[in-house]
Amino acid sequence: MFRIVNKKELNSAVTLLEIEAPFVAKKAKAGQFIIFRVDEFSERVPLTIADYDREKGTVTIIFQKVGLSTKLLAAKEVGDSIRDFVGPLGVATEYDGFKKVAVVGGGVGCAIAYPQAKALHELGVEVDVIAGFRNKDIVILEEEMSAVSDNYYLMTDDGTKGEKGFVTDKLKSLIEAGNQYDAVIAIGPIPMMKFVSLTTKPYGIKTIVSLNPIMIDGTGMCGGCRVTVGGEIKFACVDGPDFDGHQVDFDELMNRNSVYKKEEADLAEKHICRMDKMAHDLIH
Amino acid sequence: MANMSLEKIRMPEQAPDVRNKNFEEVALGYTKEMAMEEATRCLNCKHKPCVSGCPVNVRIPEFIAEIAKGDFMAAYKILTSTNALPAVCGRVCPQESQCESKCVRGIKGEPVAIGRLERFVADWYMANCDEMPEKPVQNGKKVAVIGSGPSSLTCASDLAKAGYAVTVFEAFHTAGGVLVYGIPEFRLPKAIVQKEIDKLAAMGVEVMTNMVIGKVLSIDEIIEDMGFDAVFIGTGAGLPSFMNIPGEALVGVYSANEYLTRINLMKAYLPDYDTPLRKSKAVAVVGGGNVAMDAARCAKRMGAEKVYIVYRRSEKEMPARLEEVHHAKEEGIEFHLLRNPVKILDDGKGQVCGIECLKMELGEPDASGRRSPVPIEGSNYVIDVDTVVMSIGTSPNPLIRSTTQGLEANRKGCLVVNEETNQTTREGVYAGGDAVTGAATVILAMGAGKKAAAAIDEYLKNK
Repeated sequence: MFRIVNKKELNSAVTLLEIEAPFVAKKAKAGQFIIFRVDEFSERVPLTIADYDREKGTVTIIFQKVGLSTKLLAAKEVGDSIRDFVGPLGVATEYDGFKKVAVVGGGVGCAIAYPQAKALHELGVEVDVIAGFRNKDIVILEEEMSAVSDNYYLMTDDGTKGEKGFVTDKLKSLIEAGNQYDAVIAIGPIPMMKFVSLTTKPYGIKTIVSLNPIMIDGTGMCGGCRVTVGGEIKFACVDGPDFDGHQVDFDELMNRNSVYKKEEADLAEKHICRMDKMAHDLIH
Repeated sequence: MANMSLEKIRMPEQAPDVRNKNFEEVALGYTKEMAMEEATRCLNCKHKPCVSGCPVNVRIPEFIAEIAKGDFMAAYKILTSTNALPAVCGRVCPQESQCESKCVRGIKGEPVAIGRLERFVADWYMANCDEMPEKPVQNGKKVAVIGSGPSSLTCASDLAKAGYAVTVFEAFHTAGGVLVYGIPEFRLPKAIVQKEIDKLAAMGVEVMTNMVIGKVLSIDEIIEDMGFDAVFIGTGAGLPSFMNIPGEALVGVYSANEYLTRINLMKAYLPDYDTPLRKSKAVAVVGGGNVAMDAARCAKRMGAEKVYIVYRRSEKEMPARLEEVHHAKEEGIEFHLLRNPVKILDDGKGQVCGIECLKMELGEPDASGRRSPVPIEGSNYVIDVDTVVMSIGTSPNPLIRSTTQGLEANRKGCLVVNEETNQTTREGVYAGGDAVTGAATVILAMGAGKKAAAAIDEYLKNK
C-alpha cells in the first residue's frame, strides 16, 4: 500500500498528490511515468511523474479527473493509501547537447512539462516555457514554471489571462524573432502535440513529444500502448513515452485512444456505486 | 490385480454449451472412487518409463500405488517431494507429450491418466488438510528471485526448504506470472495459484509486487546494495510479436497477452472490476498454440457469437494441447486451417471490420523435417470480424539484459546459461524457464527452476 502525504487541488479538475513510494522516488527521472491502481477492483492507469523527493521518498503526480479511476484517486485524502504504485517506467528524456530549449505545455500537460523545465534549468540550459490553457480558471503551476524558466509565456485561448492565442502562435513568433532552439519539448493533448510538431518541422527544430496511449502493464508485455513512429511499431511504455514529434502518427494514436469511449461512459454509472461504497466504508 | 481397461476413467466436465458462457473450471476432477479405480490401471513397471518423461521426475508409480491403497496423504507427500505445484501441473501440463507419452499402457489403449491423478491428490490435500508448511531453519543466506511465474516459484520453494531467505520480485501487482495473467480461470482457478503462493509465504518467502527489475532496481544493486548472495532470473518470455501486416494498429487488434491480461489478471469478465474490454461480435484469433486456444475460448465466454482460429499450418502441426483443441471445438470455436492473414481491414472509422487471409498448402519438409506452409496465389478471402487477437508467439523482455552488464543473450534474446547449472554468464546469477528457452511449457520452466535451485545451493555452500 502507498500512503498519500500531501494533496492540493490545483483547479476544479486537476489534483496534485504526493505519495510515499521510496523505491520509485530513488530512481525517478524527468520523462518517466508510474502506473497506479486505486483498489482491488481498479484498472492500472499510467501517469507521468510530476516531481519527486529522494530524501523523503515521495513522488508527486498531477492529474485531471476524466474518468472513474482518476475520480477515485482524487477522492483519496492525506493519510489514505492506494493499492499499487509502480515505477519509474519508460525511458527518461535525454538532454544531451542542449543549450536552449522551448518547453511547451498544454493544460494538465503542464504538470509533465514542469519536471522537464526544472531538470533542464538545473542542468544550466536556457529554458523558455510556453504554457497554454483554455481560460484563466484552469491555469496551473504558474509560479513553479516561472521559477525554473528564463522566459515564461502564459497563453489562454480566450485571453482571460496572459496573452490571447494558442501555444503554437507563441512558439512560431519566438522562432521567427530569432530564438535558436536546440529542441522543443511539447507535452499536452494529442492535437496540441501534433500542431507543435507541424509548427517546428519547417524550421527543422528537433521536437520531443511525450505520448499518452492506453496502457495496461507498462513493462512491454502486451503492446496495448503501441504507436507508429517513423513507420515502425513502438511500445510507448518501454521505447518511450518520448518520441520524435516529426515521426509520430498522431491520427492513429488519437484513433487508438478512443477505443473504450463507450465502456468508459458505462463506467460513469458504476462510479456512483463505488463512491457510495467508499463513503459507506469510511462511516463503518 | 491391475485393471486392464484400455481406456482412462473419464473425467466429468461441464457441458460444452453451458461452460462456453461461464469462466468456471471446465474439467471437474476425479472423485475418490474414480481416482482409486484409475490408479489400479498402473502396472507399477520396474523401469518406470513415465518418470523419465516428467521434467521434474515425479515418482509416478509410487504415488499412484498409494492412491490405489486409498492413502492420499502418502501420495501427496511423494508427489510434493519433487513437484512444488502439483495442482497446477495436473491441470496444465501437456501430459500426452510428457509422462503419459512414455506409459506402457499407452502402447495398446490409453495411457494411465497421470495428470488427472496428480490433480486429484493435490485437490484432495487442499480440501482436506491444507495445513501450511513450517518455516525451515534459516542458514543466513539471501537469494533474490526475479519474476514469480512457475520457474521462479519452484526455485523459491526449493531454496526456502533448504533454509535460504528468499525474496521474490514481481513487476505486476499479483504474483504468479502466466499462471495468473495468461492461463484462464476455466483451465486453472486462480485460488489454487494463490494457495501455492501462500504456502511459499508460510515458508518465509517474501513476495514484493510492483517491482520492475531493470527499472526500480538493477541486478547489480540487488547484489551489491541489498546484499543478496545469489540471483535467479525467471522473467519469462512476455514480449508479444506482431505480424507487421497492414491494419495492425486499428482499434480492435489485440496481442493475446493484452487480451488475456485484461480478462484474467484485471478480471474484465467480472462485473465489479473496472478494466474494460471491447464487446466483440466476431473474433479472429491468429495462431495455433495454447495461448491462441485460451484467447479464443475467452472470446466466446465474453459473448462473441463467432470465434475463429486462423492458423497457417494444418491441425497436425498445431502446438496446442490436444485436449485444448478438442475443448475449443466442442465450445463452438471454428478453425480456419492452412490460412495466413495478409491484411486487417478498416471499416473507415479506424476500427477492424475484417481479416483478409490467403489459403496455404504444405510444402516439402524442410531441413528440420517440418513442412512449411506455402501460399496459394490469388486465394485471398475475407472473414468478417470486429476483433483480431494476435497469438503468434512471444520472446523474452529485454529489460533486464539491457540494464545488466555481462549478461549474455542469444540472437533471440534468450539468456545464455550453462546447461548443467543454469548459471548465466555472470557468476552467482542464474536463470531458467522461458527467459532462457523462449516460450515453452509450465513444467519445463519448473524443471529449470528446480535445477537452478540445486545449483545455487551448491554454489553458496562452497562460497
